[in-house]
Amino acid sequence: MNLKTFLLGTCSAVVIAGFAQAETLTIATVNNGDMVRMQGLTDDFTKTNPDIQLEWVTLEENVLRERVTTDIATKGGQYDVLTIGTYEVPIWAKQGWLLPLDNLGADYDVDDLLPAIRAGLTLDGKLYAAPFYGESSFIMYRKDLMEKAGLTMPDAPTWEFVGEAARKMTDRAAGISGICLRGKAGWGENMAFLTATANAFGARWFDENWKPQFDQPEWKNTLDMYVKLMNDAGPQGASSNGFNENLALFQQGKCGMWIDATVAASFVTNPKDSTVADKVGFALAPDTGLGKRGNWLWAWSLGIPAGTQKADAAQKFVSWATSKHYLNLVAEKEGWANVPPGTRTSLYANPGYQKAAPFAKMTLDSINAADPTKPTVKPVPYVGVQFVAIPEFQGIGTTVGQLFSAALAGQMSVDDALAQAQQVTTREMTRGGYIK
Amino acid sequence: MARAVSTRRTAAFTIAAWIVALIIFFPILYTIITSFKSETEAIQGFSLIPSGTVESYVEVQTQKDYFKPFMNSVMLSIGSTLIALLISVPAAWSMAFSPTKKTKDVLMWMLSTKMMPAVAVLVPIYLIFRDFGLLDSRLGLTFMLTMINLPIVIWMLYTYFREIPGEILEAARMDGASLWGEIIYVLTPMAVPGIASTMLLNIILAWNEAFWTIRLTTTNAAPLTAFIASFSSPQGLFWAKLSAASTLAIAPILIMGWFSQKQLVRGLTFGAVK
Repeated sequence: MNLKTFLLGTCSAVVIAGFAQAETLTIATVNNGDMVRMQGLTDDFTKTNPDIQLEWVTLEENVLRERVTTDIATKGGQYDVLTIGTYEVPIWAKQGWLLPLDNLGADYDVDDLLPAIRAGLTLDGKLYAAPFYGESSFIMYRKDLMEKAGLTMPDAPTWEFVGEAARKMTDRAAGISGICLRGKAGWGENMAFLTATANAFGARWFDENWKPQFDQPEWKNTLDMYVKLMNDAGPQGASSNGFNENLALFQQGKCGMWIDATVAASFVTNPKDSTVADKVGFALAPDTGLGKRGNWLWAWSLGIPAGTQKADAAQKFVSWATSKHYLNLVAEKEGWANVPPGTRTSLYANPGYQKAAPFAKMTLDSINAADPTKPTVKPVPYVGVQFVAIPEFQGIGTTVGQLFSAALAGQMSVDDALAQAQQVTTREMTRGGYIK
Repeated sequence: MARAVSTRRTAAFTIAAWIVALIIFFPILYTIITSFKSETEAIQGFSLIPSGTVESYVEVQTQKDYFKPFMNSVMLSIGSTLIALLISVPAAWSMAFSPTKKTKDVLMWMLSTKMMPAVAVLVPIYLIFRDFGLLDSRLGLTFMLTMINLPIVIWMLYTYFREIPGEILEAARMDGASLWGEIIYVLTPMAVPGIASTMLLNIILAWNEAFWTIRLTTTNAAPLTAFIASFSSPQGLFWAKLSAASTLAIAPILIMGWFSQKQLVRGLTFGAVK
């Protein structure tokens, strides 16, 4: 072998090695239990796709949102797969920031996705993100305390019943609050709960002409009920309680009822963390007889940014992570109770899942009862149950959330909070060009 | 009598100093305490006595690789500090020993860049990084950290250099020292405590910088600040895990600060009393 042949051979080997080099997908995600679990199970994906490597970027929810928005808006191309919520999907799809998921594979069975969840991730008939786990909200309650109060929780209670039960279950001496609800300010914190609750009271954020509606009696009824109920039967310092704080209170046996995300059901019934695991019952979020319940709809979903250079590999990964196969994989490795909920109809028909998750039926009923395209009693020009899917909502929602949190803390009256909410929202919507 | 009063005053000052030190150190102490609690304990309320569990450390180690972000932090903080010193020693020398009419304005202008909120230039900087292919690169981030801390480094060195009598440099010049000889062989050895403390402070600032290090990186160049940020969870308890991650992230710099405190204090008080 002469030098020329040797060099030619070496160069060819280098070129072939370069072509054969694995493609690396960068996936942006939040640190939720289900997401962390998925990171531990990716061997199953890389085994069948040896040419694709996975790199994870895990960030706090708001930082992730800001980071991903900057990258997409500037076409930075730093991410190939994004974890995004139901709020972002319709807005970003409309902006052309997401690729439609039209190549998820023959056995993906897109019709198996829960219709309400699928509708929230679809724009103009195209799916722009695949749900990894979905949730609604419902009532989690202490069966023993309900019995002690001499009441029986119906499957579909009214706010009147919930108010009465909360007051009867409250035992300040024993440190038990009848009801724990979100009070921490934020569009995804107290405003998620209050917007969904307002839907049940016939309220809406905007009328058909985008005029803010905080000056209407429906919002007054909602906020009056909330503040009075929390003063009578809520925990101390409720205005700083979000999902995690209420979860801790409920797990320690300090709440009679908690209305929050259905995903919490697996936490409060897990005997490893919860002192009341065997005493928890579930019911639909309350209504007021107007035809809408106060339950929201959310799905952490996987989308592909339009700027990625690795769209095919990214679709393969999204398809794997949100497939029936993945649900079976989790069940096989970690048990049915740990399967990500709220995405596929077939999961709720599975006897293994029904047995492991006593809250399965109520979760499914809650998800099915939410309609993001018709969220309110009166007509509205927007999509979204506990949010309004417009870019301005994050800012407006958080400002209004601060006002309502202040009303809960007693720093201002309900009337003042509503008047200021109306003023701020009108100003921002005018600035945004929605109101002339 | 006078001695008794003096002793009492010293004791009072000592106690006051300890209280102030404890108040300043308390957030770090409580983070370390929380890291040895279970998640339920951590969110239960204020308590200084942890159960002593190390489950959060185990969980943090299982979930994420510590070594890669740690090495990135080391490279970024030391790299940016060395480059900043290379630029700022001659700059500070020039301003301290050959001031012009505009020197004060230049110094103020440099400091004014620190007054602008970082988020105001996020998009322009992001676009520049994108166009130069510097996103998620150690080179880009080293450059960024150098630029961020340069005004502080120049200001600190300028202050130290001003304390050195100009006559010594004149004497060196009389003996035939060149400009660089003057800076390297005369000025630098005299200003070593000042340079050392500036270097240590700059390493600490670069190590702790969180805004740009999180926003300009994804996986390759992400330092320990991104490692900490990854443990905050919207749904699920995370205080203990976050505290364990923070403790692991600050431990190296705390240990470094502890061993170099003599130099740090000497440098920070350099020239304070003449």
